[in-house]
Amino acid sequence: MNNPNISIGRSQESILATNKVLKNTYMLLSITLIFSAFTAFIGMQMQIGQGVAMIATFGAIGLLWFVLPRTANSAAGIPVIFAFTGLIGLGMAPLLNMYLAVNPSVVSTALGGTGVIFLGLSGYALTTRKDFSFMGGFLMVGMLVVVVAALANIFLQMPVMSLVVSGAIVMLMSGLILYETSSIIHGGETNYIMATASLFLSIINLFQALLHLLTAFGGDD
Amino acid sequence: MDWLKIGSAVFLIAMIVFLWPRMKHAVANSPKGKMSDWMGFIVPLAAVIGFIILLINMV
Repeated sequence: MNNPNISIGRSQESILATNKVLKNTYMLLSITLIFSAFTAFIGMQMQIGQGVAMIATFGAIGLLWFVLPRTANSAAGIPVIFAFTGLIGLGMAPLLNMYLAVNPSVVSTALGGTGVIFLGLSGYALTTRKDFSFMGGFLMVGMLVVVVAALANIFLQMPVMSLVVSGAIVMLMSGLILYETSSIIHGGETNYIMATASLFLSIINLFQALLHLLTAFGGDD
Repeated sequence: MDWLKIGSAVFLIAMIVFLWPRMKHAVANSPKGKMSDWMGFIVPLAAVIGFIILLINMV
């Protein structure tokens, strides 16, 4: 016969573990976002070129794909995630300089908008406690379609297509924020470093897509 | 075509190579969502779209 006390104890342990992952994720995410903003600021002040930005982005993706999965379960994962987010920030510097030169208000609006969307979606997933694990396949197929469309548009150079891609990125990143938050709540993601990396990328992609959409439709493109 | 475009293309091709096996795994192993589950995604997504339209009008 099952002992209900053991069951309650396990359930409380599981809730405590989930809350710990959630707390650590949001704390690390806040610090890495600040660090990323700092490296972006440094890159903007130094007026780094597109070449340096591309190398920084390649370096960041290399860390994300090949180093972070091997170090995320140890203390070594912390400097790796800081290196990853710092390089992403640095890689965004020329883009931010360009948008600031076109229309400075677009950058602050996109930044605020990204914050509101992230907090709203996280709050929604946390309060409703819905399980969004069913979206895994849909989000992966969506991302692949968007990457293929972006690749095709390098050669086609269609402005409408780039706007469609940005719109699709906003929707996919919104879905990813819901998916990742729900995954932490339901115990699917137990590593706060990997959860931080995933949410960080969603926020950065959302911010870049919003910058593009606001500049294009705001009338200052 | 300049080297920046070539770099972007290489990066996107690498992403496709990286995403492809993960997509196959996710499609095969994700649980199927019911209509009510999808509504739980569509409602906040509609709110996000509405918010972006508001932002566009503000800029």
